[in-house]
Order: sequence, then C-alpha cells, then structure tokens
Amino acid sequence: MLYANDLACVKGDRPLFRGLNLQVAPGAMLRVAGPNGYGKTSLLRILCGLALPESGEIRWNDVPINRDRETFHRALLYLGHAAALNDLLTPLENLRFSCAAGGDKVDEDICIDALVRIGLAEQLDLPARVLSQGQRRRVGLARLFLGTRRKLWVLDEPFTALDVAAVADLAATLSDHCAAGGMVVLTTHQDAPFAKPPAVLNLAEVAW
Amino acid sequence: MSRALGPFAAVLDRDLLLAWRGRADVLVTLAFFVVVVCLFPFGVGAEPNQLRAIAPGVLWVAALLSTLLSLHRLFAQDHVDGTLEQLLLSPEPTVLWVVAKISAHWIATGLPLVVAAPALALLFDVEQSALGVLVLSLALGTPILALLGAVGAALTLGLRGGGMLLALLVLPLFVPVLIFGAGAVDAHLSGSGAQAHLLLLGGGLLGALALAPLACAAALRIAVE
Repeated sequence: MLYANDLACVKGDRPLFRGLNLQVAPGAMLRVAGPNGYGKTSLLRILCGLALPESGEIRWNDVPINRDRETFHRALLYLGHAAALNDLLTPLENLRFSCAAGGDKVDEDICIDALVRIGLAEQLDLPARVLSQGQRRRVGLARLFLGTRRKLWVLDEPFTALDVAAVADLAATLSDHCAAGGMVVLTTHQDAPFAKPPAVLNLAEVAW
Repeated sequence: MSRALGPFAAVLDRDLLLAWRGRADVLVTLAFFVVVVCLFPFGVGAEPNQLRAIAPGVLWVAALLSTLLSLHRLFAQDHVDGTLEQLLLSPEPTVLWVVAKISAHWIATGLPLVVAAPALALLFDVEQSALGVLVLSLALGTPILALLGAVGAALTLGLRGGGMLLALLVLPLFVPVLIFGAGAVDAHLSGSGAQAHLLLLGGGLLGALALAPLACAAALRIAVE
C-alpha cells in the first residue's frame, strides 16, 4: 500500500501543489491528471523517492520510504520520460543491464521473450541509436513484461509514441498487473482501454 | 554477497563494454597524454640533463590533465538518458555501483596512461631503474585522481559550463597526489628511496576509496533531484 500525506512541492521558485493526499491499495490503478506544468512528473518523482517533497510524507506499507529505502525500491518499478537507453548498446543489452542493475536476476531468454512480445524481434541486435522513438519507448516498457515481481509500477507517460496496437497491449498488461494485486500510478493524456477505469487524481484541484 | 555483487558486476561490465564501443574517446585521452608530454622538449629545449630532471613532473602533470579531460564524461551520458535515475532507484547500495563506474572509468582512461608512461619516460632518457617506481606511482596515483574527480564530476553534473567548473574544483585537490607521485620518482633518482612517497600514495588511495564514493553518491542524489 502506497500512502502519501499532505504533500507539497515547490519547483525552483514556483509552488506546484500542496495538501495532496493519496492512497494506492493493492489492485488499484491511479491516474495522475492535470494540465502541463502542474507537477505530474514532479509528483511521480517524489513518490519514487527521487526528489524530496517540500513537506509531507510518503509511506510504503506504513513505513516512511526514506526509513527503509531498500524495501521500497525492491517493490518499485519506475519508468520516466527518458527511456534509460544507451545508444551504443542493443535493446537486449540495455534490458539486461537495467534488470541486473536493479538487482533482478533475469535470464537472457526471458529478456528476449519480453522484447519479442513487445514487437522488437527484428531489432534485438541493433544499436539503440537506430531505433525510432516508439521503439525506444518499447525497450523501456519491456521491463513491465518481466518485472511482475515488483508490486508498484510508477509510469510517466507510458503511452507516448506508441501505436494503437501497442497502447491496447500495454493497457491490458497494466490491467492484468492490477488484477493480480499489483499497483499502478501513471500519468497520461490519452484514453487507454483499461479493463477498469482508473481512479483519477487531478493536480489542478490541489494547485498552490 | 553474490547478490550485492550483481549490480557492481553489471555496471562494470556495461561501462567497459561502452568504453570498448566508444574506444575513439579512450584513444583521444591517451593521444592527448602523449602529445602533451612530447610538447615539453620543444618548449624547454632538448638539453638531456634538463629533460631527465623534469621528466617525472611532466609525465605526472600530463597524466593529471588527461584524467581531467575525460572526467566530465563519467556520469554525463547516464544523466541525460535516464540511466542514473534507474541506478539510484536500485535497491542495492549506491556506493557499490558508483565504485564500479569509477573502476571502469579508470581501467579505460587511467590504465592506458600507466602502461604508456614508461615508453614516454624513455624519450626523456629517464634511468631504467626508475621506470618501475614511475609506473607504481602512477598505478597508485591515477585511481586517486579518478576517485576525487568523480566527486567533482557528480557535483557539477548537469551544470552549464560544468567542464570548466570541474577543473577549478578538482585541480587543487590533485596537488598532493602530484607532489607525492612526481616526488616518488625524484626521490628514487636522488637515492633516498621512493618507499615513503609510495606508501603515502597507497594510504591516499585507501582513504579516497573509502570516502570519495560516499560523497559521490550523495552528490548524484542531489544532481537528479
């Protein structure tokens, strides 16, 4: 269970939001909505522990995340704006590295399966610099197909640059993850065909 | 233990692979080292005794400058492409992979200098018995430069004009390493023995290895925030 209490965020000199409370229970999906510049990405980064809130507290299973960072980060999978791909490495090398660096032991076969499933069968051995935006996005998303042991998925604009079929596939994967007791927090500007409409947190309502 | 070594090995492997794929960058660092060293005889004249006397200092200053040249690359790419965020979200201790990154960086940029130094020393007609001391001093000293430099690289990450600032920040910290590194060869040549200098460098390396990764990890956390 992810729980945030009375969060406030200031970016530079600009106050973004305050008095924000949220709760994500197992099986729940939360969509963070709001116009550009209202702090969606900032909120996700704060929820992951990458940035510190101006005030307020975030708890994972009733423990503040800064007190037991390791347990929280073992349960968390965050995919940000940048796909975390190195241009000199192939999609397979990139995926294997992100798993190993995150402390997950994953076989090469499983990585290949995930990349094939997400539609990169032809690009396995190409350097990432020749991939299109959508394909780069997919390499990052491939972690979702093997990261099911991680309970909490925090996804920043996961649908950007994906084609219609990939959007449907990803929405189904997210719905399945929730149905299996996982949690998803995401931002998106587009309507995706989720099995169950996600709860919505509108940042415009808590703007400072 | 093996679980803790996972991310260390993963980062080390990947960075060495990246250094190999981008070996042009590595060669530039080495070429810079060679060119700077070779410039000195043109500048100060080809008097053999004089060249012999300045050789340790010249080699050390050149090694220090070429280390500086490659430092800003240490975290820059990972910062831009988001890898750094993912690494910071790894449940494993941050210092672990920071040490792996610095090690890989040293193997790719520092080790070639250590290997090339004896050949360049011969250009300056340095006594053959001193070559071992020179190599040892560089082998102990350049990792210290990499460790201290990594802290500077982390602190200046993402800043505009970070490269210049990085140089200003770390060059003063490099001074003791330079003194004891070049001093080791001089001490050997003057007959007083290089042991004291080398022990101090070794102590400095252990100290830097213990403290620099912690500072580096803290600076990286601030940099991505």
